Amino acid sequence: MLSFTQEDLPIFDALEKQRLERLVHFDVPGHKGGRGNKELKQCLGETCVKLDVNSMKPLDNLCHPSSVIKEAQKLAAEAFGADEAFFIVNGTTAAVQGMIMSVCKAGDKVIMPRNVHRSAINALVINGAIPVYINPGINKHLGIPLGMTMEDVERTILENPDAKAILVNNPTYYGICSNIVEIVKLAHKHGMLVLADEAHGTHFYFGENLPISAMAAGADMSAVSMHKTGGSLTQSSLLLTKNTVNADYVRQIINLTQTTSASYLLLSSLDIARKNLVKNGKEMFARMLQMADYAREEINRMEGYYAFGEELVDRNLTFDFDQTKLSIHTRDIGLAGIEVYDILRDDYGIQIEFGDIGNILAIISAGDRNLEIERLIAALSEIKRIYKRDKAGLFDHEYINPKIVMGPQEAFYAEKESLLLNDCSGRICGEFVMCYPPGIPILAPGEKITDDILNYTNYAKEKGCFMTGTEDMNIEYINVVK
Amino acid sequence: MELWYTDQHTDNVRFSMKVEKELVSLESFYQKINLLKTYDYGKVLVLDGELMITERDEFIYHEMAVHVPMAVHPKVKKVLVIGGGDGGSARELTKYDTIEQIDVVEVDAEVVRICKEFFPEVSDSLSDKRVKIHFEEGIRFARGIYDEYDLIIVDCADPYGPAEGLFTREFYGICWKALKEDGILINQHESPYYEQHARSVQMAHKHIQFSFPYSTVYQCHIPSYPSGHWLFGFASKKYDPIKDLDDEKWNNLGIQTRYYNTKLHQGAFYLPNYVMELLEI
Repeated sequence: MLSFTQEDLPIFDALEKQRLERLVHFDVPGHKGGRGNKELKQCLGETCVKLDVNSMKPLDNLCHPSSVIKEAQKLAAEAFGADEAFFIVNGTTAAVQGMIMSVCKAGDKVIMPRNVHRSAINALVINGAIPVYINPGINKHLGIPLGMTMEDVERTILENPDAKAILVNNPTYYGICSNIVEIVKLAHKHGMLVLADEAHGTHFYFGENLPISAMAAGADMSAVSMHKTGGSLTQSSLLLTKNTVNADYVRQIINLTQTTSASYLLLSSLDIARKNLVKNGKEMFARMLQMADYAREEINRMEGYYAFGEELVDRNLTFDFDQTKLSIHTRDIGLAGIEVYDILRDDYGIQIEFGDIGNILAIISAGDRNLEIERLIAALSEIKRIYKRDKAGLFDHEYINPKIVMGPQEAFYAEKESLLLNDCSGRICGEFVMCYPPGIPILAPGEKITDDILNYTNYAKEKGCFMTGTEDMNIEYINVVK
Repeated sequence: MELWYTDQHTDNVRFSMKVEKELVSLESFYQKINLLKTYDYGKVLVLDGELMITERDEFIYHEMAVHVPMAVHPKVKKVLVIGGGDGGSARELTKYDTIEQIDVVEVDAEVVRICKEFFPEVSDSLSDKRVKIHFEEGIRFARGIYDEYDLIIVDCADPYGPAEGLFTREFYGICWKALKEDGILINQHESPYYEQHARSVQMAHKHIQFSFPYSTVYQCHIPSYPSGHWLFGFASKKYDPIKDLDDEKWNNLGIQTRYYNTKLHQGAFYLPNYVMELLEI
C-alpha cells in the first residue's frame, strides 16, 4: 500500500477517483448523485450530493477501516500526536460517550468535574457508571464555573482509589483549563486513565501561545470537536487515543452506537480539515488570537462590558485560559447575557455562540474578517448606549453545586412521577434540565432539587434562555423519583 | 482587438464599456483595484470588479451627496466623510469657505494613492489643508466619537464587500451619536430598481429609521450605475430637507455646479410610487 503524507487526502482522493471512473450505482443512497432528487441537487449543489455515497470497497468502511479511512485516521493521529485516531460522525457527543464507555462498566467510578457537557452524563445513564464529581471553582463576579484545583483532584483520587478514570474539560466552553499535565501525572500514579473533553480545544494542537493539548499533556483519550474550530463539517469529530488503551476495544465500543452508514461528506471533511490544520493551522490560530485580543481590548475600553482574558489565570482554579475565546460579562450594563445575545441577533443581525445569565460568548475563527469584528464591537457599543440600565435584580451566578443522591442510570430508570417544577423542592430529579448552549446540566438524573436551583431555572426561563432536557417540552413539569 | 470592461449589474444584466487602456491593476490588502481609460466614460475606477466612479458622471454623485445637505444645514463647520477615498466628496465640500474641517476616513490607502496619481480631476482637493485623511475602518473611527460633526457623508461601495458594515444598524447608530444635535447624515443608498439592490435599500432605510427621527431618501440619475436611478439617504436630527432649504442663501454663494440646483433639490425628494411603497414613506 502507498504511504501517505500530511499533504494527502486519502478519503477525498478515493471519492474523486470513483467519481471519475463513472461507476454505475445500484446501491444506496437512492438519490444517486442527485439524479433521483433534482431539488436536493439544486439546493445543496452538485459537488456536495455527488460526494454523498455509501461505503464500498474502494472507499473503505468506518466500522471496520482497512484502507483509505484507516490511512486518513493514521494521518489524523500523527497530526494530533496521538497513537490512534477514530473518525466520528455522530458528533463529539459520540466521542465523549465512546471514551467513557471504553474505560468503565456499570458500577465503575469515573471522576469528573460537575460542569461537564450533557454528553458525559448521558454516557453514565447509558452504561451505569457512577460519577464522582469534583465541584469546579466558581468566579463569583462572572458567575462562571472554573477548573478543578489540584487539591480537590488529589483528595478525590485518594478517596476513590477504585475509580477507573478522570475526565477533564480542556478547556471549558468559557476557555478555562485545569492543570492537565499534573492531573495526568497524579492519575497515572494511581492507575487511573485521563479522558479529555476537548470539544472546544482543536486549535490547541496547532496554534502557538495556547494552553497545552491533552495528547501533549499525556492524557490517554481525547474527544476533539473538529467541526468547532478545526474547520470540518458540523457533526464530524475525532476520538484520539494513546496506546495505553486498547484501540480495538475502543472501536468496538464506538460501533455499539455509531451509524453503519457514515456520511462521506463528514468523513472527507475531517480529512480536508486535518490537512488544512497541518498546513495553515499555526497561521490561522495566530490570526484568531490577534482578532480576539483586539476585540477584547476595544470592548474593555468601552467600560461596562468585561471581556475576560488571561488575567483570570491564577495557576489554580484557572490554570490556563484560551485567549481565542471572546467571552464577555454583560451584567454591569444591566443586561443578562442572554438579553444581549437576543438583541445582537434580532436588531443587529449578529449571531453569537451563546448567552447565559451573565455572559456572552463569541466564537472567532479563521473565517472572520476585520469587518465582522468591527461590527460586533460597534453593535455592543450601541447596545450599551441604548439599553444600559441598573443592574439591580440581575442574578449573579451561573453555576450551583449540585447534591448527588443517586447514580444517573438508577435515577433515570427509576419509578418516576411528573410534577410541576416549582413543587419539586427536596425531590430527586429523574432527568436533565439545562440551558442549551452551553449544555451543562443545571440538574442531572439523581440530583436533589433545591429552592436555589428552582429560582435559577425560573430566572433563566424568564430571561429567554433556551431550556431543554425534560420529557415535558415546555419545561413546566419534571420527572422526579417516586 | 477590442477590450471591454463589464460591470455585472445583476446576475442577468450587464453594462459594458469599451476600454482604451488599463492604467492600473493591483490587489491591495482589501480589494482588487483597477483604473481604466474608456472611450465614452473617461477614466473609470473599479474595485473588486465593480464600477465605482467614472470621469464622465462622478460629478452627479458627488454634487448630490454634498450640496443637498449643505443647502439645508445653516452652519456646517465640521464634516466626516466615510469612504470617499477618491476625493470627490471632499472636492465638493472644499467649495464652501465656511467649512473648517473635513475628515475623510478611507479604509484602503491604495485607493487614495491611485486616485491622487491617476485621477487628479477628482482627488485634487485631498491636499486642501482642511482635509485630513484617516486610513481606518469607518465604523471603528466613528465608534468613540460623540457630538462632534455637523454633517456625515457615507460615500462607499455597495454593501457586498468591504463596505458591508456601513449599511448596518450599529453603524447608523454610531453616526447618530457622532453628530451634533442638529446634524445630518447622508448615505449612498443604492438603486431601488433591481430586486437584489432593492432589498438592501429597504434594510438600510429601516436601520437608519431606528436611530434618526427624520429619515427619507432623494434621487438622482447616474448613467453608469445599475439602472441609472440612484438614491441617497437623508437622515437628520432636526432639519427638514425641503422646509429648511435656504435656496436664496445657497444661490448667493455662487458655487458652480453642473447637476445640482435648488429647484432640482426640491424635486429630488418627490419619489416614484414604487419607491415610496418599498420604503413605506
